Amino acid sequence: MSTAEPPINSTVLPRPEPLIGPGHTYASVTDKIASVVLTRPLGLGWLAGFTVTFAFTMLLLVAITWLFTKGVGIWGINIPIGWGFAIVNFVWWIGIGHAGTLISAILFLLNQKWRTSINRFAEAMTLFAVACAGIFPLIHTGRPWMAYYMFPYPSTMGIWPQFRSPLIWDVFAVSTYGTVSLLFWFIGLLPDLATLRDRAKNRLQAVIYGMLSMGWRNSARHWHNYESAYLLLAGLATPLVLSVHTVVSFDFSIAIVPGWHTTIFPPYFVAGAIYSGFAMVLTLTIPLRKAYGLEDFITMRHLDTMAKVMLSTGLIVAYGYFIEFFMAYYSGNKFDVFLAEQRLHGPYSHFYYALILCNILSPQLLWFSRVRRNVPALFILSLIINTGMWLERFVIIIISLTRDFVPSAWGRYSATFWDYATLAGTILGLFSMLVFLFVRGLPAIAIAEMRELVHEGHARKEPS
Amino acid sequence: MTEHRARLHGVMGEFETPEQLLSAAKKTREAGYKRVDAYTPFPVEGLAEAIGTRRSWVPLITLVGGLGGGLSGFGLQYWVAAITYPQNIGGRSLNSWPAFIPVTFELTVLGASIFAVVGMLALNKLPQPYHPVFTVDRFARASTDRFFLCIEARDPKFNLAETARFLQGLNAQHVSEVKDEE
Repeated sequence: MSTAEPPINSTVLPRPEPLIGPGHTYASVTDKIASVVLTRPLGLGWLAGFTVTFAFTMLLLVAITWLFTKGVGIWGINIPIGWGFAIVNFVWWIGIGHAGTLISAILFLLNQKWRTSINRFAEAMTLFAVACAGIFPLIHTGRPWMAYYMFPYPSTMGIWPQFRSPLIWDVFAVSTYGTVSLLFWFIGLLPDLATLRDRAKNRLQAVIYGMLSMGWRNSARHWHNYESAYLLLAGLATPLVLSVHTVVSFDFSIAIVPGWHTTIFPPYFVAGAIYSGFAMVLTLTIPLRKAYGLEDFITMRHLDTMAKVMLSTGLIVAYGYFIEFFMAYYSGNKFDVFLAEQRLHGPYSHFYYALILCNILSPQLLWFSRVRRNVPALFILSLIINTGMWLERFVIIIISLTRDFVPSAWGRYSATFWDYATLAGTILGLFSMLVFLFVRGLPAIAIAEMRELVHEGHARKEPS
Repeated sequence: MTEHRARLHGVMGEFETPEQLLSAAKKTREAGYKRVDAYTPFPVEGLAEAIGTRRSWVPLITLVGGLGGGLSGFGLQYWVAAITYPQNIGGRSLNSWPAFIPVTFELTVLGASIFAVVGMLALNKLPQPYHPVFTVDRFARASTDRFFLCIEARDPKFNLAETARFLQGLNAQHVSEVKDEE
C-alpha cells in the first residue's frame, strides 16, 4: 500500500553536535520563534534600524526619480563603458540571491538537516536580493518605460524579442527564478502562517495570518500533498538555481570582449554566487540570532558549516581566477594577454589586488576552526567576502570595457554620486528594510520543520 | 437523524505523541472507519497511508505543468524565430534550436513549479477559511504540540456515542464533538 515517495525526512544520522539547544520541546521551539512575531514589543534597536533603512530606501527612490528625470547621463557611464555600476550591482545582487534556494533546495535533497534553521531566512534574503537585482537592468535600459518590449507579447507593430540573445534569456531566467523562489518560500511558510494564526494575540493578527495561511489545518491529507509538492519544488529549483547565474554569465561569455569570452564563466559565476550568498546569510544571521536570542536554533555548528561552504566555494572562485590568467597566456590571444596584464598593472589594478585580498587571501583564515567558531571574526569575514564579490563584478565589467581592442576606443570610468546613492539605496535601503520588516512580520525560522527536528531528536534518544 | 448529521462534523480525540496517533489511526482503519482525518503539527511519516490516503496527484500535475511550459516555450520561440518574424542573418538557420534551450528550460521549470503549488493547494481544497475542526478550542494546539484524530460523521459506521467510546478506548484525551456551525 505504501507506494508513496521515499521517506526523505526520515533518516536520522548520528550527529557530532545537536542542531537544537538542549531541552527544547515542540511547544518551546514554536513559542520561541512565534513570539518574535506575535508578542515581542518593537525594541529601540529595531525602530532605529528600520528608520535608517527606510531613509536609505527613500534615497534610492530619489536617485531613481532623478535618473528618470535626467536620463542615464547622471551616472558615470559613457561609451565605451555602457554597463557601469548598474550591471555590477545587478550581477552582485543576483549572486547573493543564490544562497536561499541553494540552502532550501539542494541541501534539502541532500538531506542536510542543518539547513532547517536557516532556510526560511535565506529564502527571504534571496527574494529581497532578487528584488534589488531586478531594479538595475530595468533602470539601466535608459527608457525603462519600454522595458516590456523584452517580453514576447503580440504587439500591433508585429515585432518580437530576439530569442537568440542572452539578454532575453536573462529576462526569462531572472523572472522565473524570482517567481519560483517566491512560490517555494510561500509554500514553506504556509504551515507556519497557520501556526501564527492559531496563536494570534488579537483579531488583527488572526485575520492577517488567517488569510495568508489560506485555511491550512495541518491535516495529514494536506501534509501528504504538501510534502510531495515541496520535494518536487526542491527538485525543480536545484537545476534552476544553477541555471540562473549560468545565464547571467552568458551575458558576458557570449560576447567577444576580452576577459568575458571564456568557458570558465558559468561554473565560476555559480560558485561565486553561492560564495557571496552564504556570506550574506552569515552577515544577516549573526546579528539576528544575537538580537532575538536564537542561539539555540542557529548554533555554532550552523555558523561553522556555513563557513566551510564559503571556504570551499571560495577555492572554486580562486581556481576560476587562476584559469582566466592561464587561458589568456595559453591561448596566446594578444587581446586576452593584454587584458590579463591590465588587471595587474592597468589603471584599475588596485581593484584587482583588493579583490584578491578579499576573495582569495582572507577566506583562507577559515581553514582554522578557531576562526570558524569566532562569531565576530566570521561576521567581519562575511563583510569582506561580500565586498570582494562586488569587486569581482567591477573588475570583470569595468576593466574589460575600458581597455578592449583598439586604443582609440579606450576610456575611463568613475562612478558619480548617483551611482553610489543607488547602490547604497539598495544595500542599506530596500534590502535591509525588507529584512527588518520580514523579521517582525513572518517567522524567520521554519517552525514546522523545527518541530520535526525535535521529533527526530526524541526518536534518537529512545532505545530502539 | 439527517438533520443531526448535517450539524455534526465528527468526533475528535487528542493524542500527545505522533506514535500514539499513528497507532490509533491504524486501529481506527482496522475497526472499519473510512472517513477519518488526522491533524499534526508536522508531517508524520506513514500517517497519510494509515488514514487511507492514496498516492498524491501532485507529481502528475507537476509533470503536466512542466511539459506544457517546455513545449509552449519552445513552440513560441520556433514560431517567432522561424515563422512569424524570421530574420535572415547571414543565411543562418531560422530554427536555431540550441539558442532556444535556455528559455525552454526556464519555462519548463516555471510551468512545473506553478502547477505543483497551485495543484497542491487545489488538491487540499485551499483556500478554505472555514472548517468545522476550527470550532474545537483545543484544536489550536494542532499547530503546536498536539496530535488529533477526527472520525467524521459522514462515515457509514459513525455513531456519536459508540465512536466517542471507541476513541476513548484508544487512549485519546479530550474526546469532543466537532460541530459544523455553518
